[in-house]
Amino acid sequence: MGGWWRRRSVHRRYMLREASALCITAYALLLLAGLVCLQRGEAAYAAWRALLGTPWSIGLHALALPLIAYHAITWFQVMPKTAPRLAVPPRWITLGGLALSALLSLALLVALWWVGR
Amino acid sequence: MSDTTPTRRITLEVQSYHPETDSAPHLQRWDVPFTDDMSLLQGLQHIKDHLDGSLSFRWSCRMAICGSCGFMVNGTPQLGCQVFLRDLAPGPVRVEPLAHFPVLRDLVVDQGSFLDKLEAVRPWLVPAHPQPLGAGPQRQTPQQMAQYQPYAQCINCLLCYAACPQVGLNPGFAGPAALALLHRWNADSRDVGWAARRDVANAEEGVWGCTLVGDCSTVCPKGVDPAHAINQNKVHSAADYLGLGRLLARRAPPP
Repeated sequence: MGGWWRRRSVHRRYMLREASALCITAYALLLLAGLVCLQRGEAAYAAWRALLGTPWSIGLHALALPLIAYHAITWFQVMPKTAPRLAVPPRWITLGGLALSALLSLALLVALWWVGR
Repeated sequence: MSDTTPTRRITLEVQSYHPETDSAPHLQRWDVPFTDDMSLLQGLQHIKDHLDGSLSFRWSCRMAICGSCGFMVNGTPQLGCQVFLRDLAPGPVRVEPLAHFPVLRDLVVDQGSFLDKLEAVRPWLVPAHPQPLGAGPQRQTPQQMAQYQPYAQCINCLLCYAACPQVGLNPGFAGPAALALLHRWNADSRDVGWAARRDVANAEEGVWGCTLVGDCSTVCPKGVDPAHAINQNKVHSAADYLGLGRLLARRAPPP
């Protein structure tokens, strides 16, 4: 079974889906570090924000964005498999979840823009 | 009217393994003539009838009903009767026995481990009140039948076992078909057998052995969707763990 996931594309996509969860975990820890810095005081929070602006950080964000998007899409794709038998086609569950996710993300961005303006 | 004179040829690389003489399996190349209406199974039958009578493989119905002729076709589990040579030409096409099973000879695998797992899920009706056949049918509404009917289409072809990496990594895993049939009976309004099947479902090698790769549902030739069946039972299993099993248990109908 060594290297089993390299042989078929469906298994490679599965491994990428699972590996992209590590990226989400790492990003959650990054945000948690920001909260800890905020609790420690203004200087610590400013240092954390300055770290986010470095080229390394921007590069990692550029890598994290497609991985998190891939994880979100594939997460909603498998969602119908985890739901009870419903009267609606599985595709509607996937598309509905993606649409709701996009809507909430947009609402969050608008809210942040509104607060920060 | 279809043309029955073969005008095209395809190369099949078929795994050969005779345990009494071979130390390891190897591929053997065959040049096979075919017509547009010939399946891969018919290509193998041509080899057996005209080129090598010792080639061993399972087959029966030739129309995706019996589930006997599952092979790895270019690395993907498929029924030999359901894939056409015209779609694989000019080849070469690699034909190997189903993955994750011990090979007995050539393309024939030992299905013993699956049959043990199948028996363990008690794939039969466990009624609340057993009644003789003479008592007549136990009626269901179309809605009650729809709850299990898709899962009842399983033909035990084992393509899902060959597609599932968890079966390969953990041979003790009950696997897609057995767990889909476990759900088929649990979802049947006439059945009250969850208590008899819960130990298989709740085990680490039961529904929790599935990591939702989902390939079992993709390769299933009958649209059974084992991944959906297994993951619905994760809810039942979690409810059992939390002591909520009684809320999900089907109440026995009056006799």
